[in-house]
Amino acid sequence: MNSGGEALREPWESLRRQREAAGFGMWLFLNSEALLFGALIAAFFATRFYHPQAFEAAGKEAEIVYGTVNTLVLLTSSLTMAVASFATRAELRRVSFWSLGLTLALGLVFLGLKIMEWRSDLEKGMVPGPGFPMEQPGAVLFWGFYWALTPLHALHLIGGLSTVGFLTWQAARGARPLRSPAFEAAGLYWHLIDVVWIFLYPLIYLQGRASS
Amino acid sequence: MSRHSLGEGDPKTLGAILWRTVPVWAALIALALASCALAYVPMGGFNMAASLAIAAAKMVMVGVFFMHLRRPDPLLRLSGGAWLLWISFLLALVFADQATRAPISQPARTEGVTQRPTGPAGMPSF
Amino acid sequence: MSDLAARRVRPAEAPAEPWHDNYLTAEQGILSWLTTTDHKRIALLYMASLLAFFIIGGFAAVMMRLELFTPAQDVMTADAYNRMFTLHGTVMVWFFLVPSIPNTLGNFLLPLMIGARDLAFPRVNLASWYLFNGAGLLLLLSLLLGGVDTGWTFYTPFSTMFSNGYVLLAALAVVLVGFSSIMTGLNFIATVHLLRAPGMYWFRLPLLVWAIYATSIVIVLATPVLTASLLLIVAERGFGLPVFDPAHGGDPLLFQHLFWFYSHPAVYIMILPSFGVISEIVTCFARRRIFGYTFMIYAILWIAVIGFLVWGHHMFVSGQSLFASLVFSFLSFVIAVPSAIKVFNWSFTLYRGQITFEAPMLYALGFIGLFTLGGLTGLFLASVPIDIHVTDTYFVVAHFHFIMVGGAVTALYGGLSFWWPKITGRLYPEGWARFAAVLMFFGFIFTFFPMFIMGYAGMPRRYGAYPPEFQIWHVMSSSGAVLLAAAYLLPMGYLTLSLFRGARATDDPWAATGLEWRTSSPPPRHNFRRMPVVDEGPYLYHPESEGPHHTEREPHENQGRGA
Repeated sequence: MNSGGEALREPWESLRRQREAAGFGMWLFLNSEALLFGALIAAFFATRFYHPQAFEAAGKEAEIVYGTVNTLVLLTSSLTMAVASFATRAELRRVSFWSLGLTLALGLVFLGLKIMEWRSDLEKGMVPGPGFPMEQPGAVLFWGFYWALTPLHALHLIGGLSTVGFLTWQAARGARPLRSPAFEAAGLYWHLIDVVWIFLYPLIYLQGRASS
Repeated sequence: MSRHSLGEGDPKTLGAILWRTVPVWAALIALALASCALAYVPMGGFNMAASLAIAAAKMVMVGVFFMHLRRPDPLLRLSGGAWLLWISFLLALVFADQATRAPISQPARTEGVTQRPTGPAGMPSF
Repeated sequence: MSDLAARRVRPAEAPAEPWHDNYLTAEQGILSWLTTTDHKRIALLYMASLLAFFIIGGFAAVMMRLELFTPAQDVMTADAYNRMFTLHGTVMVWFFLVPSIPNTLGNFLLPLMIGARDLAFPRVNLASWYLFNGAGLLLLLSLLLGGVDTGWTFYTPFSTMFSNGYVLLAALAVVLVGFSSIMTGLNFIATVHLLRAPGMYWFRLPLLVWAIYATSIVIVLATPVLTASLLLIVAERGFGLPVFDPAHGGDPLLFQHLFWFYSHPAVYIMILPSFGVISEIVTCFARRRIFGYTFMIYAILWIAVIGFLVWGHHMFVSGQSLFASLVFSFLSFVIAVPSAIKVFNWSFTLYRGQITFEAPMLYALGFIGLFTLGGLTGLFLASVPIDIHVTDTYFVVAHFHFIMVGGAVTALYGGLSFWWPKITGRLYPEGWARFAAVLMFFGFIFTFFPMFIMGYAGMPRRYGAYPPEFQIWHVMSSSGAVLLAAAYLLPMGYLTLSLFRGARATDDPWAATGLEWRTSSPPPRHNFRRMPVVDEGPYLYHPESEGPHHTEREPHENQGRGA
């Protein structure tokens, strides 16, 4: 276990310690990311506090079909990423590449659906500014948050896709051994993107569905 | 620090890996569909609360099973939970202001904007 | 006091034999510097960048003091004045003070003090430097295009709807520099957790390490909230998404909440590392163990956590609810307690110590005085009625400059003098350095103390023109600024000269006790030729539980031993 081979880097003396550091370092970064999205979601709720009905009415206009399907897609990509994280650690070469590839594919599907959803929103004119269809004051704030939060989440997803894609490419070239701790760390980041979406989903899509 | 704290006991075969992960995924999917369905049941103010509770449950599952928080590593658990405290600082004190603000500086008090009934001394009635 | 205490500890000079193999000479050429992953070299890279930004920010301060010399608006237009103080604030806060001690002294010393070969993620460390410079260039670009006039606080709705300047560019620069500081922060945290030398338990760490560790926690958890608030500004100004716009029912105070959730802890990001530096210096030049070591640590952690709960004292007049104001006011009083604990503990460390007045010690003593004044006036500002009286006056300006300039910058210069022999292997000229330290103290008081008085009398901040009755105070302040500028420039001169002319330093010129003094000056590429092992706490300046001597110099012992 202690002879890390080419996976070991400065200044570590054992791969075990390096693995611990990769995980810990990534978790510290995730704390930071959690505060970033946490602050935005707190801002969402602080604004919603003064306009509960308007936010419900506005949330009803969000595309719940795209939203729900995308939730399922992203949850499934978390499954494949979790499998990839275990498989790389166990150096199961075929399973690793399959699961990494599926994760990337599902991430791309999410982005594709997201773009279609945005197109449909644009067609309905749900963009704050002149010609915004909803009269109710405060509704436009919901859509302000929508257009701030979903692209920021998509940007993080693109970051995740590039990281996982890069690591996979390195592994395929043989430049990175499968038991490198980087796969597990990238997996943690991927799951964070999923967790953020898990919270964005009820905030954006599930409001005001019950009221007629 | 125990010998298994960094996942030395993690599954090593495809079967074992799937056995560890697929049930979690199935539960996550079920919860997602449940929260979608619940959103259509009229519960007044509890709709948001219910869907947030489900989201929190999903987050815990992803954290514990996919992000390895079940490993008995104190450092991992500390770093996996620290942000909760800080988010609660932010929420508690922002709402300490929002919930007790005098009507005159509440954005909702602008003419024609949705209004929240207020009690004596400008305190909102909950 | 015996005559011994008055005798100076002369830093031992080493004979001028050829250098050992060290980090400065290990590799040659500019490319070896730009691609280095050595924490010591990256610390020097940061020093170069920070020096540039310190000069830019200082230039803006000079322009402001020049304008304020006379009551009339005569040197520049009111608009240009707005741009000047915005430039001064943004550059000094994010591009100088926040990274000042952590990224230079911290980067250099943290691995040395805990007995590690490098930081946990050496390449992340280098990347953070590049990101820092990229962000800095963006900010300079916004400056060259015409500047920003919002003040460093970017308050909405002015910043999102009315400001005529390059707000987006500046906000983006601040977001990027925030990422850079998060990268540094998580690197430090991981290093302290995972790379301590054998036997270096948590309660054996030097206080500078504790201070930087706590600072890093604040950085990692507070900075993203600043990013969030600035991204919302970008969304509103750049993409027309109403978020804070009161015309649509948005809440401008929400921005202030998010902004100060970062920006108040940012004050502790700036001052906590100085606490660490001062603890190292005071013990060394008083030849005493630190008084109340564990309580110094608890105070640091207390400040780091409670620092997140006081931000609303910046918003007492903003329309925030009175209830919230009172809560924030109470919590702001609470956070004064650990700061006071630290000041008292330094004083008790000095008590009956063998004090000598080398330049670092002069800086440190100046720090304690100035920080106390800044902290006490902070209590004035934490109480709602006084704050309402002096909000947006020079009283506030004086208060935070006492903390950030009188505190953080003084500590930076003190620390730089103290560790200069370790960093460069050369001794600085002691006489000049003492002169600069004293000049800095007087220049500082001369510049900023009048601001308390005129602020209390009602002089508002952020105006280029003012009623003539305030002129006497402004003239004093502007004259003091000349002295202060001289005191800041002087060390840049003699320290640079010492690189070529200074005497060689021994490994431990101050007879100090940290692990960093075990290795050669300057240290080798991998810090230690033999990795140290630790069996005792820090500050072994005298045998434990023994009163101070008056007839002979206290013995000292290094914290570590060779493996």
